[in-house]
Amino acid sequence: MSPASDSYLERAPLELRDWLVQFLPEPLQWLAHHLITVVAVLAVFGTFFAFTTIAERKLLARLQNRLGPNRSGLPWIKGLKLWGLTQPFADAVKTLTKEDIVPATADKWLHFLAPVIVVAFSLMTFAVLPFGRNMIPVELNAALLYFFAAGAATELAIFMAGWSSRNKYSLLAAMRALAQLISYELPLILSVVPIVLVAGTLSTKAIVLTQGYWTSGFLPHWFVFTPWGLAGFLIFIVAALAESNRSPFDLPEAESELIAGHLTEYSGFKYALFFMAEYFGLTALSALGVTLFLGGWQAPCVFLEFIPSYLWFMLKLIGMIVFFIWVRGTLLRLRIDQLTRLAWKFLVPLALLNVGNAAFWVLSAHWAGPLQLVRWAVSFAVIVIPFVIMGRSLTAGFAPRTYRYAS
Amino acid sequence: MLGSGIIKGLAVTAKNFVGSYYDPARMTTVEYPEQPTVLPENYRNFPFLVSENATDPMGTLRCVACQICEKECPPQCIIIEKSKDKKPDANGKMQLYPAVFGIDTSVCMSCQICVEVCPFDAIKMDKVFEIAATDRFLDLYLNREQLAKPNTYYHQIHPEEAAEVDGRLTADRKAAEEKAKATAAAKAAAPVAAPKPADSAVAPKPASPAVKPQDEPRRLVSPKPGEGGSPLGEGGPAKSS
Amino acid sequence: MSTSQVSGFNTQVSAPGPFGGPAGPTVRAVHDQFHGDLLEVSMGPQHPSTHGVFRMVVTLDGEQIVKLKPVFGYLHRNHEKIAENTSYLGSMPYTDRLDYLCSMSTNWAYALAVEKLDGQPVPDRAQYLRIIMAELTRLLNHSCLVGFLFNDLGTSFTPLLYAFREREKILDLFESLSGSRMMCNYQRFGGCRVDPSPEWLEAARRLAENYPRFLDEYEAMLTGNEIMLARTQGIGRLNSTHAINAGLTGPVLRASGVDYDVRKIDGYGVYPRFDFRVPLGAHGDTYDRYMMRILEMRESVKILSQAFRDLPAGPIMDPKAKLRGFRPKAGEAYGRIESPKGELGFYLISDGSPNPYRYRVRPPSLINLTLLEEMCLGHTVADAVVILGSIDIVLGEVDR
Repeated sequence: MSPASDSYLERAPLELRDWLVQFLPEPLQWLAHHLITVVAVLAVFGTFFAFTTIAERKLLARLQNRLGPNRSGLPWIKGLKLWGLTQPFADAVKTLTKEDIVPATADKWLHFLAPVIVVAFSLMTFAVLPFGRNMIPVELNAALLYFFAAGAATELAIFMAGWSSRNKYSLLAAMRALAQLISYELPLILSVVPIVLVAGTLSTKAIVLTQGYWTSGFLPHWFVFTPWGLAGFLIFIVAALAESNRSPFDLPEAESELIAGHLTEYSGFKYALFFMAEYFGLTALSALGVTLFLGGWQAPCVFLEFIPSYLWFMLKLIGMIVFFIWVRGTLLRLRIDQLTRLAWKFLVPLALLNVGNAAFWVLSAHWAGPLQLVRWAVSFAVIVIPFVIMGRSLTAGFAPRTYRYAS
Repeated sequence: MLGSGIIKGLAVTAKNFVGSYYDPARMTTVEYPEQPTVLPENYRNFPFLVSENATDPMGTLRCVACQICEKECPPQCIIIEKSKDKKPDANGKMQLYPAVFGIDTSVCMSCQICVEVCPFDAIKMDKVFEIAATDRFLDLYLNREQLAKPNTYYHQIHPEEAAEVDGRLTADRKAAEEKAKATAAAKAAAPVAAPKPADSAVAPKPASPAVKPQDEPRRLVSPKPGEGGSPLGEGGPAKSS
Repeated sequence: MSTSQVSGFNTQVSAPGPFGGPAGPTVRAVHDQFHGDLLEVSMGPQHPSTHGVFRMVVTLDGEQIVKLKPVFGYLHRNHEKIAENTSYLGSMPYTDRLDYLCSMSTNWAYALAVEKLDGQPVPDRAQYLRIIMAELTRLLNHSCLVGFLFNDLGTSFTPLLYAFREREKILDLFESLSGSRMMCNYQRFGGCRVDPSPEWLEAARRLAENYPRFLDEYEAMLTGNEIMLARTQGIGRLNSTHAINAGLTGPVLRASGVDYDVRKIDGYGVYPRFDFRVPLGAHGDTYDRYMMRILEMRESVKILSQAFRDLPAGPIMDPKAKLRGFRPKAGEAYGRIESPKGELGFYLISDGSPNPYRYRVRPPSLINLTLLEEMCLGHTVADAVVILGSIDIVLGEVDR
């Protein structure tokens, strides 16, 4: 490791934790150790969630040539507006003090349980994400498996919410959510398989470490800079959008069709919990994308290593989320049948091909000289040609038209 | 290729994102209470009554209670009651004046028809739009005192229009003076009755429904008792106030 | 589930049933096979995408529509009866409230009917001004409609707000001319109310000049978008026979390939002096209806540039026109214009009194709405919302 790994900023958070823990008696130290980690993750990502909401609103506003929320300042100080940055806290107070309305015919128990479960599971996924060098809440050998298992459980909660509300819109949304989430679970996992194949491990920490090192100091060895990695990354992004119910895949809560989908009958803090879970899910998936494809906490160049690893991770995470917001500000929604068709007829075959592509990449690892170029060309061709062909068949019959005019 | 349309769309939104920071044609937002909006000259909101001077607004109202606006007002939001006595107007003529003049702004739809039909340039459109009130009945019913605003105010809010109106009025006044001189010179034996506007012949009924045509009701079916005007027109604002 | 899923996104389910009839055979067959229950969903009047207080009672098989009943009347204001009890002039501001997005053209339609009734001539300058206002209104209405259509398609307001941004500029022009942004009350019998200043005309000319640039950007954003194409092409098809039989007009009819534009057919105002084309669709689906609007806006810009070039000087009001105590001679008249939504007509019977004996509006929104079920059958809920959006209704006009 380079000397940057020993820099003071790099070690500060961990040393702070160790310093706090040493005050406790020996048998309690492991507990405190983990509790501090949990609290830190909750605090950091809780704040991150709050600012993601305001960032989303402001960015969307700018994309739409508006100003966005810019009024809320601090209480009792007039004229101080702080660019509206305290808006999420005002929103929190509002949702907390709102009346919680449960429909009379709803299944009250499930109606209550759904938001709890959805937040719990979406938070669990944070356990295996390496936020920085040596900063990982739990080191698991099968971290990826754990991540997807926890992430998939949120689908159940969404169905619970839709079913228990006893609202027709919620029910339709629940059906859509199940169809969508199950469909996209597959390409999501398949897009990750090549990484596992190349890195030879399921541990997120080890995957980040395999993406270390630079060619001549500034070309990082991130997986996204390989043909199969790029393809995998794009599939991952599409599937992640769908998994986190973001536009253009926001069908379960399509406001122009189903009012608010499974959230129609939720109000007050329960609604806020769903909202929170959605952003936690988005953050977790983006963080996973950063970890798997964008080199995790690694700096892009050697000379930028003085910036602490956790900041690099955050920067990349913010970049991903900004991209998701940008997509949301631009695209329109697919229909449910088009959505599932996109998954099963396009993304899954592509992802499967990409697994083969990665296998080829591993087998040809020893090719050198001009063969290296052949390796890149073959790898690109394997993914681009099917993309074009399948893309054509997917959009067959759809094209901008020309029109005649009345004489 | 699949995705090219999507990328084009992303480019357009990105362009707008950047544009919103420096291009006023893209960022059209006006932050209202801090940045006051500039209202165009023709802007109209609710009517007001023009009075000749600010010190005695009630005495110098241009309105002669002819009730044309009350009749023409489509939602019938104007209530006028004629005075019993007469007062001299700006030309020195003896005229009736409105004993009661009320506009229910919760009914008014700012259509400006009262302004267009007024033969005396006595009612004009105001520009005040910050008119939030706490009582939806009493606070939105404006009476004579609240409606009267001086001519100088009219010049402030509609400068071009007011100048034109003033020019016309002074011309009229001059013509009237010359005519008066002429008549005085002629020394007619019989005293000249003060000229009245044609419509003031109509009997002043306080809450007469404006829809009721004064000359000839168009009805194929014989009118039933109680029909004849909308209940709202007869109803409330005048009495409730 | 469907008959022709072979290629890509295409999910043309069975052809919709005959005019107003039950769903096509495939839908029935699928339903019989699974013995599923039908779900009746009431969309509206408090639904985020029903464009006002409109309600659709939709019967669903899964997500597919097997029956759709439009319910309207929530915004009924007794417009026609009120007009019969109000003077001719007094109805003018009420027409603003019919199609509240396009008060300028609605004013014109009413003024046209009354002028026909009374044989009232209109000076040339006023005719040109009316065309300028009507075409600006068309730009405004179509931009808004397209924005709302994309909102129904699931964008998070971006195209709508771009459209609103441009609409705002037109509304500012209207406000500085007529005093009000939307309730213009601008036309009078025998002319217009206010003469625009040269600065106003210059600003409007510049706006019309710049409009194609906005349209280009708008089209670049979403017209070629794959999702947009898949969501709109082949959705809500309407063949020309049905459209003609149901009396549809406007862009919805022209999208089905029928050449019917009142501006060309009637030549009201001074439209015959203008050189413009009428775009026609071939498929009659949502995409065609969308494109009709875009192409019509481009033609409107052409008309506007010609109008600003040729605008004559002169009075804006016929000197003989009467404002107070207006009584047309006894008789009847039907005045119609090509409003942005279709043929907007006013039918008036006068018996010589100050108010009309009969006053009837032919609202294009309402009549275009009659084939909603026909267009939606066999499609999904998501499509129904989009099809409704592509028809372009304004509830003020539907319910009157």
